[in-house]
Amino acid sequence: MPAITQYQVRDIDVRLFEAGSGTPVLFLHGAAGVPPWGAFFESLAAHHQVLLPEHPGFGNDKHASKIRNIADLAMYYLDFLDTLPGPVHLIGHSLGGWTGAEIAVRNCSRLKSLTLIAPAGLRVKGTLTGDNFIWSPEEVQRNLYYDQHFADAALARTLTEEEADIVLANRFMAARLAWEPRWFNPGLERWLHRISVPALLIWGEDDKLIPAVYAEKWARSVSGMRVETYAECGHIPFVEKADAVTKLVLQFLEGGPK
Amino acid sequence: MKFAFFHLMPYRHLDFAERAKHRSAWVVLPNSLYDPAKGAEEYASYIDQLVWAEELGFDIIAVNEHHQTAYGMMPAPNLIAASLIQRTSWVKIAILGRALPLTANPLTIAEEFAMLDNLSKGRIITGFVRGIGTEYHATGLSPAFSHERYQEAHDLIVSAWTKPGPFAFEGEHYNFRYVNLWPRPYQTPHPPIWIPSQGSSETIKWAADPARKYPFLVTFSAADLVARYLNMYRDQARAFGYEASGDQLGWAAPIYVAETDERAKAEAKAGVESLFNDYLNNPWEMLLPPGYMSLTSMKNTINMRKALGTRAHRMTIDELMESGTVVVGSPQTVREKIERMRDRTGLSIVIAMLQFGVLNNELTMRNMEMFATEVMPKLR
Repeated sequence: MPAITQYQVRDIDVRLFEAGSGTPVLFLHGAAGVPPWGAFFESLAAHHQVLLPEHPGFGNDKHASKIRNIADLAMYYLDFLDTLPGPVHLIGHSLGGWTGAEIAVRNCSRLKSLTLIAPAGLRVKGTLTGDNFIWSPEEVQRNLYYDQHFADAALARTLTEEEADIVLANRFMAARLAWEPRWFNPGLERWLHRISVPALLIWGEDDKLIPAVYAEKWARSVSGMRVETYAECGHIPFVEKADAVTKLVLQFLEGGPK
Repeated sequence: MKFAFFHLMPYRHLDFAERAKHRSAWVVLPNSLYDPAKGAEEYASYIDQLVWAEELGFDIIAVNEHHQTAYGMMPAPNLIAASLIQRTSWVKIAILGRALPLTANPLTIAEEFAMLDNLSKGRIITGFVRGIGTEYHATGLSPAFSHERYQEAHDLIVSAWTKPGPFAFEGEHYNFRYVNLWPRPYQTPHPPIWIPSQGSSETIKWAADPARKYPFLVTFSAADLVARYLNMYRDQARAFGYEASGDQLGWAAPIYVAETDERAKAEAKAGVESLFNDYLNNPWEMLLPPGYMSLTSMKNTINMRKALGTRAHRMTIDELMESGTVVVGSPQTVREKIERMRDRTGLSIVIAMLQFGVLNNELTMRNMEMFATEVMPKLR
């Protein structure tokens, strides 16, 4: 299990989940907040130092006013990266994937590689993303997974009051960052050529939040990006296809066979 | 005491079986369910009712703004206000209200109200609202910036009405090199600003501030909540060092009057129950999108409104009468309930929704007449 500390960068302190040692991996979480420390993270931490910060404004609204949009979040992480001793492998999921791309188009010098898992950030006209802000809590869980056992398990859990507060805060911050324009930055696509580190894209073919057709646009826009998609898989491949995704990511981080 | 006749202008020909297939009568309800021929007749009836209210002696006639919904057919309430000006002569016309954050240029709101104020020679009362949560789904605007935009738009509009132009306005969301309204408002310093609300503590504090003293109207709430919020306003005013007058305190509720309690309930039942169950009811995700209120207010609201929120059963008129969310009964019953609320809060503004849900024209007009002749005079 990870150690949890408060990590301070300038005037913002956040919860940092940290485990393992080796070449550092920075994982940027999605709009639902810090994910449970599951098999994917355990396996990563067996080979790497894994850093999983909670984005400012997530968990509670202490720093929400300092981050008005995704550009602010990217700038915050550029500051964050400057506090680390060396470059990192960056992995970002969904909102965190979008953030990762926004960081990389600004400055790749602190990155060893970029792995995007079902990232937000681009728009494919004619294929709307799912409206997670209008979905009921049950619809959200159902639509996040292809295998409904995962949704059943999530729905069977009763949240503690503290967890419910975190969910509320996370939804607030997601609305700040991604309500309008919904889950994308119209300017991002133009600058994706600036991503100059090895890049990997992972997508579930049955993603109902950000449909897999978005992967094609990323693949066209980021030169040399490796793309892996998974059948019978929803928006969270590192949970729903944990074994395969873990193997792929570890191999990619080692610079293994393409 | 002052009385307003308030109209929501619902689309009454709604196919309720189709309505039941959708999560809401707002935003997602297909507009193929709207028949323009029937809708046009609805507008004609509703405007006649509002105009007739002047003849009946109401002090104010009132309309409001909602988007993409069968609940109310007034996405542009100022258009209704403009037509009411032409058909009335002395009654005040209240637009309760315009949703300030929803527009990219709040100066258009300042301009339209200023025009209406001139057209009516000072008969306009304005309402400043944020719009309910569904409005943020309908417009795409982020609810996370709703409060900021509201405050800033308010400051911009009031400045535009009161400061000599041209001047520059420098904000976060709105920036103008030239603010210079033509026409200026007819009333001095500007038309009254009322604040309809469902009672967030931030809004109460802001409205009660001595720099504003904006009349505060509680809408669609159980009687205990109405009393609680109006008294919060009074307490807040005292904390600011003054005593709130009754003219700063208003209550907006569906009201139905008939000869007897039994008859009133029987006649109001379909209208009341359709209003709360079919037209107004929204899932949390639509009613309270993230950021619409502060985290603290959101938690308080969720806790307090659990009874009124998403629910498995249809609310009955008995429950709604019991909680005092609606006022239904004989003239004496209705008078007593209003008197009781006046005694509890000191309010002197009653915003009567005398048409609600599917209530038909005949019953609406009987209700209006009886309210005007049997209830209003004795409370003045």
